[in-house]
Amino acid sequence: MWWRSPSFILDRQQQNDTASRNPESISLSSPPPSMADTLQNPNPNTSTSAYYQTRAVVTSDWLAQAQAAVGRHPDDDLPVNDERTKSAAGDAGKPFSVIDEFNSWRKQPDLAEAVAAIRALAAVIRASQATTMMELEIELKKASDSLKSWDTTSISLTAGCDLFIRYVTRTSALEYEDFNSAKSRLIERAEKFGEISCKARRIIAMLSQDFIFDGCTILVHGFSRVVLEVLKTAAQNKKLFRVFCTEGRPDGTGLRLSTELAKLDVPVKLLIDSAVAYSMDEVDMVFVGADGVVESGGIINMMGTYQVALVAHTMNKPVYVAAESYKFARLYPLDQKDMAPALRPIDFGVPIPSKVEVETSNLDYTPPQYLTLLFTDLGVLTPSVVSDELIQLYL
Amino acid sequence: MEPRRTSRTVSDPKVRQVGFFTSQHHHHHHHHLPERSFSEPPLPDPFHTSTSTSSAPVTDVSPSGNLLSPVMILPSRHHSDNLHRLSHRATSPTASFSYFARAVVVRENDDSLLSPGRRGIAVKSPSSVVAASSFPKGGFDLTAVKASSVPASKLTTVSVVNLPPGISEKAGGASVEVQNDRPAKSKPLKQKTSKAERRATQEAQRAAKAAAKAFFNLLLKLAVDLYSLAEGSKTSAAVPGPVNSANTKTAKSPKSPSQKNDAVSVAAAEKKAGDRQLEKDRKKDVPHPRMQYDDQSRVEKAKRRAVVKQTEARNRVELFRHLPQYEHGTQLPDLESKFFQLDPMHPAVYKVGLQYLSGDICGGNARCIAMLQAFQETIRSYSTPPEKSLVRDLTAKISSYVSFLNECRPLSISMGNAIRFLKSTIAKLPLSMSESEAKATLQADIDRFINEKIILADNVIVKHAVTKIRDGDVLLTYGASSAVEMVLLHAHELGKQFRVVVVDSRPKLEGQLLLRRLVGRGLGCTYTHINAVSYIMHEVTRVFLGASSILSNGTVYSRVGTACVAMAAHAFGVPVLVCCEAYKFHERVQLDSICFNELGDPDAISKVHGREEINYLDGSTNSENLQLLNLTYDATPSDYVSIVITDYGMVPPTSVPVIVREYRKEHLWI
Repeated sequence: MWWRSPSFILDRQQQNDTASRNPESISLSSPPPSMADTLQNPNPNTSTSAYYQTRAVVTSDWLAQAQAAVGRHPDDDLPVNDERTKSAAGDAGKPFSVIDEFNSWRKQPDLAEAVAAIRALAAVIRASQATTMMELEIELKKASDSLKSWDTTSISLTAGCDLFIRYVTRTSALEYEDFNSAKSRLIERAEKFGEISCKARRIIAMLSQDFIFDGCTILVHGFSRVVLEVLKTAAQNKKLFRVFCTEGRPDGTGLRLSTELAKLDVPVKLLIDSAVAYSMDEVDMVFVGADGVVESGGIINMMGTYQVALVAHTMNKPVYVAAESYKFARLYPLDQKDMAPALRPIDFGVPIPSKVEVETSNLDYTPPQYLTLLFTDLGVLTPSVVSDELIQLYL
Repeated sequence: MEPRRTSRTVSDPKVRQVGFFTSQHHHHHHHHLPERSFSEPPLPDPFHTSTSTSSAPVTDVSPSGNLLSPVMILPSRHHSDNLHRLSHRATSPTASFSYFARAVVVRENDDSLLSPGRRGIAVKSPSSVVAASSFPKGGFDLTAVKASSVPASKLTTVSVVNLPPGISEKAGGASVEVQNDRPAKSKPLKQKTSKAERRATQEAQRAAKAAAKAFFNLLLKLAVDLYSLAEGSKTSAAVPGPVNSANTKTAKSPKSPSQKNDAVSVAAAEKKAGDRQLEKDRKKDVPHPRMQYDDQSRVEKAKRRAVVKQTEARNRVELFRHLPQYEHGTQLPDLESKFFQLDPMHPAVYKVGLQYLSGDICGGNARCIAMLQAFQETIRSYSTPPEKSLVRDLTAKISSYVSFLNECRPLSISMGNAIRFLKSTIAKLPLSMSESEAKATLQADIDRFINEKIILADNVIVKHAVTKIRDGDVLLTYGASSAVEMVLLHAHELGKQFRVVVVDSRPKLEGQLLLRRLVGRGLGCTYTHINAVSYIMHEVTRVFLGASSILSNGTVYSRVGTACVAMAAHAFGVPVLVCCEAYKFHERVQLDSICFNELGDPDAISKVHGREEINYLDGSTNSENLQLLNLTYDATPSDYVSIVITDYGMVPPTSVPVIVREYRKEHLWI
């Protein structure tokens, strides 16, 4: 129903469209074969159900997808790898600190906080002087705790650290009698996890291309690097679409996004936050990022996401969430107040009388029933699958 | 009332299809006819007359006559057939013996035909038609025999006399189905006879083996025999199957004492084999816990083996006929009187069964733990009989216990899961293990199950659930759930400031028990009935509910009224938290509260305890126009559930199948 007939843009550029479609559809059709491959040779280790052999969290399939992503954009990832090895080597000499490591990773503009944390934790394992597995685990735990306390309100940071520890230590390596080989296994896994996390954005961008059709209008709320990547890829694929950006008070996140998009020659329109409902009937789909994806399948994101989703739901527009799987958190908020509030001062431009209370919360929770699909590096998921994946990983 | 009902059922066959019958139109008629039968003149047919002569006043309104009339050709032919056989039997005991052999064949054959996807009473041979319709007389016969051999208590007699109306009605239904099914089933009959015969010979061989058994074994059995003798018709019916019961019953209809004696003597002659068969049947055909009680053939079969003689309530609500409903209060004395006759029943199981029956043990966890502990007891005192293997014999024993418990009160889903666990544990015992070792392992496993799956699971649930309670909350709970109670008490111990609204409902008023315990521990409580739930809901911030089970589609199966509370909460935007241990999850899917449920005592809702003046329904409870529905459970769709708190964490109701899938398959619960 949301698949409207192509609008003005398509009429204008019918020719270009057909020309550009062919190469693009070829590049898009390559992920499915790789999936089919993994379906045919499922993991021989049958401790997980067949269902998960083909689509498990952090399994062969994920790796295959990541590899495919690397193959297509090798230049994106190489500098990251170089940087990592450099910084790891540099840290080896002086006393090791996770936070320093984390901060050095964070300097990279495109690297998400959680990925920086994951990289830092990988460095912890490498630099560890521990001689037993237990020691190493405790060290890792301490490091992740200090990272988490660095920003307690960031859900993706917490979730990323938890998932890292989960993923890295949940391996048969821990049963190796030889500590050194076990440790190298762990480092290997940690590297893998870090790489996967880095590539997640690219995978998501590729997966979401099928959902962006020519002539569509996309409403975006907030500034999300994943969403930007999605739109960038769509533009590169010569898709014709326009974007509505909400202003995103108080940080002006929408302003940022609109300038980025304007650079890509994507038609952009800025809306004030309160104009969402007004312009919703022109919109074909809503794209949002997420700070965290919670166990119910709902998302925690920038203030205003909930109302955008509500409006879209009411007007029967699909709401798509682009989120990397390291943002999956074992949280289950029942309502808006059921989370640790992330507060942020708001500048109203005029002095506010002290008697007036200001709501400074920065995040809201969008329940799963208002979301249509989640684009993650694990695939395109319905909200209820999130809990499925989390159960799989945590238990 | 009457025209509406009739027209509805006729015009909308789906209404009746809940009972899992295929599109047989007659059906509807048949289930309805009994209610009207008072007004209709009984048709003069051989069958009908026999019925009325044989049994109490109730039966002479038996609809069998007019029910059968459209289909009548068959039974009458059969009747004569019977008489013919009867004469056979009367002449010489040997003849009767051979007859029994034949009867067995028929029965087995019947069985094999019926077992796959049976519909109603799929009768291929006329003989079993009579069997089906004959049941009331069988029942009557039973009392008569009992009266002669055993000092029957008055109560039992009463209960049996109560039987006919319900049954005769069934008989009607059955006979009609017969007609419907016959064309379809008549073919396979032939092919299967050979198999049946093979089975018969096996039966004979086994009987021979039995004869070789130790003498004291026989002696032991004598007691049981006595019991089975007392239930003359039961034994004889169990041995030769429907044909025989039909026989006895036709024999009885003229009510000649000699024939009754004959039946008894025959039963006695057949005693050994019969007893064996009975025992075997009990083990083999444990009635399915979710038996369809409007499936005549199965009900009859189950009845023949039933230990607990429950009187079926008469006016069951149309949509719920597939569920058992019994007159309450009649079984207990009967069961008690049988205590010493029930050789195979372990006292511990017996005790638990009686406690279920009387309602002394209720609540999912309590029932499950009681059952497991009873099984533990039986395993402790179990010794493998000679020439049997522990794995198989013990499984059969457990099965027979389970069927007994199921007769006392339908098993809950959690109990079903626990039984499944136990059986799989038994099956997985290594053959090399010695008996004492095996017993010790099993007992330890049961202990482990109770600890890990129930007690520890509850602790984990409590730990998770208290994180959802904030200061200033108003928590609403419905009924009495042990898990919710623990959550509330623990949150209170942690010093959280909250208030509790206990919503309750008639007739069980379980909430009062919870309320008493909560108030005793110093929690601030509000007590109200479910009628006020929409009033109280606006001040509530969280709804905590327990569950009897959660099904694979997220449907919460719980005490009746839960759905109402959950829906009210949903309408008010209040989150609904369901606390349920993962061992109660079930892979089944259910969309309504009809297919699977439990019917409580209808009297409980027609009377108000302690209020004698509320007696408006006195005298009309037996009216055909009044049907009382006392449901025990209902199904809450997952849309109304915000979160399921279980021992694997807090998950959305859509993740229940994930847990079932991931944790059941591999280690089967442990």
